[in-house]
Amino acid sequence: MPAPTQDHDIRGKAAAIASTETPVGESVIAGGKQRALEYVRFRPLHRALHASMVVSFITLALTGMTLKFSYTAWASRLSRFMGGFESAGFIHRSAAFLMFTVFTVHIVDLVRTKRREKVSWLKMLFGADSMLLNGQDLREFIATMKWFVGAGQRPRYGRWTYWEKFDYFAVFWGVFVIGLTGLTLWFPIFFTRLLPGWFLNVATIIHSDEALLATGFIFTVHFFNTHLRPEKFPMDTTVFTGHMPLAELKRDKPREYDELVAKGELQQHLAEPQPLVVVKTIRVFAWIALGTGFCIVAAIIYAMIFAYR
Amino acid sequence: MSKLRRIAEEVARPQTRPEVRPGVRMKPWTQTRHARLSPALFGALLMGGIVLLLAATAHARAIGDDDTCLACHSDKTMTTKHGKQTVSLFVDGKKFSAFVHAALSCTGCHADLEGKDIPHETPAKVNCGTCHADEFAKHAKSLHGKALARGDALAPRCYSCHGNHDILPIKDPRSPVAPLKVPFTCGKCHQEGTAVSKTRNIPEHDILENFSESIHGQGLLKRGLTVAPNCASCHTAHSILPHTDPNSSIARKNIATTCTKCHSQIEQVHRKTIRGELWEKQANVLPACVDCHQPHKIRRVFYAQGMADADCLRCHSNEKLKSSDGRILFVKESDHAASRHSKIACSQCHSEVNSSHVRPCETITKKVDCTSCHAEVGQLYQRSIHGQLNAKANPNAPTCKDCHGTHRILGKRDPESVSFPTKVPDLCARCHQEGNKAAVAYKGQQHEIIGHYNESIHGKGLLKSGLTVTATCTSCHTAHRELPASDPESTVNRKNVPATCGVCHHGIEEQFVDSVHSVSVTHTDKQLPVCSDCHTAHTIQRADQDAFKLEIMNKCGRCHEKIADTYFETYHGKVSRLGYTQTAKCFDCHGSHDIRSVNDPHSRLSRANVLTTCQKCHAGATRRFAGYLTHATHHDPQKYPWLFWTFWSMTALLIGTFAISGIHTLLWLPRAFQMRRELKAEEAAERLKNGANGADGASGDAKQNPSSGEEH
Repeated sequence: MPAPTQDHDIRGKAAAIASTETPVGESVIAGGKQRALEYVRFRPLHRALHASMVVSFITLALTGMTLKFSYTAWASRLSRFMGGFESAGFIHRSAAFLMFTVFTVHIVDLVRTKRREKVSWLKMLFGADSMLLNGQDLREFIATMKWFVGAGQRPRYGRWTYWEKFDYFAVFWGVFVIGLTGLTLWFPIFFTRLLPGWFLNVATIIHSDEALLATGFIFTVHFFNTHLRPEKFPMDTTVFTGHMPLAELKRDKPREYDELVAKGELQQHLAEPQPLVVVKTIRVFAWIALGTGFCIVAAIIYAMIFAYR
Repeated sequence: MSKLRRIAEEVARPQTRPEVRPGVRMKPWTQTRHARLSPALFGALLMGGIVLLLAATAHARAIGDDDTCLACHSDKTMTTKHGKQTVSLFVDGKKFSAFVHAALSCTGCHADLEGKDIPHETPAKVNCGTCHADEFAKHAKSLHGKALARGDALAPRCYSCHGNHDILPIKDPRSPVAPLKVPFTCGKCHQEGTAVSKTRNIPEHDILENFSESIHGQGLLKRGLTVAPNCASCHTAHSILPHTDPNSSIARKNIATTCTKCHSQIEQVHRKTIRGELWEKQANVLPACVDCHQPHKIRRVFYAQGMADADCLRCHSNEKLKSSDGRILFVKESDHAASRHSKIACSQCHSEVNSSHVRPCETITKKVDCTSCHAEVGQLYQRSIHGQLNAKANPNAPTCKDCHGTHRILGKRDPESVSFPTKVPDLCARCHQEGNKAAVAYKGQQHEIIGHYNESIHGKGLLKSGLTVTATCTSCHTAHRELPASDPESTVNRKNVPATCGVCHHGIEEQFVDSVHSVSVTHTDKQLPVCSDCHTAHTIQRADQDAFKLEIMNKCGRCHEKIADTYFETYHGKVSRLGYTQTAKCFDCHGSHDIRSVNDPHSRLSRANVLTTCQKCHAGATRRFAGYLTHATHHDPQKYPWLFWTFWSMTALLIGTFAISGIHTLLWLPRAFQMRRELKAEEAAERLKNGANGADGASGDAKQNPSSGEEH
């Protein structure tokens, strides 16, 4: 999950490397092999949060789908594979707990970041690197449309593009809506002390359809925007490695690069690439996540179009 | 027989003659007639004549002598009205003088008219008991007399059998109570179609018909043997009592005495069953005559006729004995000895044997008729489809012996018997197994009946667990009265199924008949379910197993289509459809056999009970919790507007989001491909440059390949 504000305080290895004043762009010798320094886009906490969310989200989707599409053969097989509906339900609620944890940690992190950087809420929410949509996003959106239809150049995107912000808030909204209705269904006896019994039926529809929207959106639109668009195909592991090749930063987010160069801060944000074994592990993980996501989409399409009754 | 002799005998036996009492006067011309016509017994007649003469002269002639009566009653047109009925009052004086009461004057019987003026009033009923006190007393105690005392209009009086003015002596063949006439006299009332047979509870049927075909009836009516028994021989003439009355001549303990009046040495031919005297002394421990020789149908019953089995076995113990058409006629004595019929002699079943023939069996014309003893079973069989087919001479129709065998018939409680419960499925399978003759002829819905049954709970209970009380074929279809389910009298006809299953599952039937599915509760044109609709006929499964619990929802859904569909849209339904039984299914909330309308206060879902029902699974559920819609659908805006609009709002959001993102992506694609081409071209150029410079080169990874030169 990307932070709503840009975090320039790179600690650890990246900071250490920066302090050695290695010339930017010069190669470092690592294990006898020369590798270029990379731009650090995400802090370790954000990488961990995103990875956790991937695990949680896919688990929730897999377990939840068995109920939503209970009329299909794959649903009942999947349910059996997970040890029956009670076991699947337990896994679902455990994953939900993980999701709530991710959400809470992110909110706590936001507050702590704000305190550490000693910025006002106003600046934090409406500053240049805020995740909230602003005038710049509207201009970029219009420019993008022009670029799409061949009436202009590709906009010089900054740290967060408007579609990244949309994805971010889609998740924010989803966690709220799916999470709250999910809690209602998790503790129906408690909630019906406050709400009428039929609200459980309404909650079921909202929970289920919002989840369908979320899985459908993440596994198609988000996947395309991030991984499948031809210049990034087959995947972009930046959110897991935290690193981004400098050339890609220049090409993909030229405004951010320009601003960093202008401020002379670029050097602080460079770090030695992740060890190869880490990169490989991450790629395996990402492939699994991506593959599972596609399978889920295929199963949903099958269930909704070919097996619907 | 001449009238002369008859009268002479009457006179010779004064004890049987009607007593002449004071006040009952004999006519002088009768005396002279007696004197003139009975020379052979003159002495006796003389004595009688003196007595009569004395009696006649002792009293003066009174008003109302016979001439006075006949002055009016000899008019053939003389009638009177009894209510609406016109009754002739004509009395043929000449004829009367020919009858047994000829010696009596009119007032001898119509005593109340003595001395009355003419025209007289309607006389009282004649009291025959004045003279016939014995008979009168017996009659009063009899069934008929008691009925009369009760005021039963159908009860017979003296004249009903004997006539009135035209009473003849019993020996006169014209008398209605002459031996040959008795059956018809009794038959006036005791035959099918009469008021007595229709309105009075008489356990015997077709009495007259059966009697006339019985050996007694044939002897009497065909051969004219007046010594052959008629009705009165067994029932007595005047002391007729029901067999339940211990004083009755046909009461169980008296029947032997009654029969031995004629069959005095009958125990000699019943040597197998009695020890000479036991029969008469201890009738209660032995079969009574009528147990074998049914009353009124005596001919139909076999007689041992003194034939011992040994007589038959002289030939039939030969293993090589065959009939002319090749049938084996060998009878294994041990088979019969071990059988249920070990005490029954050959000739009791193979009736019509004649022991006076060298081959007693050569007189046999008919096959063994089991119904001679098993009459009730025979009636059931005739009604059954098996019996119906047999009546149509269908060669495949099973008869008694096809199931029960012949000489080695065992009781159904004998484990060796083909009709022992565990053997029944195999027995029926002989014809009803798929591919066998009955299964081939069968055009209904049920297939693999035997195989399915064997796998069903009943079949497993019977064959695997060895529970002989488990339902077998015959438990539901009956043993002898099998009828197709389409027959309304069939035990497996829809309307009879609950009662049939209820024979064993009585508690369930009790619940079912009060349930909404019972015809006694719900009145509808639609077909209501019976046991077999949910449990099937032959593939009945254990109701506590998951497969059944899940399948039953489809059974409910066959009729309750919409409600089942909407159930499957809820959490309970979805989990059930995944194949788990832990969530609520139809019967968890509605009950199974005791399902009642939700409006019924006894329903598990009535306002008073619904919370308890929810709490079975959801401990701590509140009334508001019970407001959960267990059959909700979001397709009905009238009934469930909240669900409908929630669903469509969510769907609109979903479609909107995907439409916008989809268009965005589609527009992006061409540009993205363009970027990719430019990138590849740049990389190619870079590699070319690096290659030309002879540089060691950066990582081969395109993505990690920095264009470092541009950084500073």
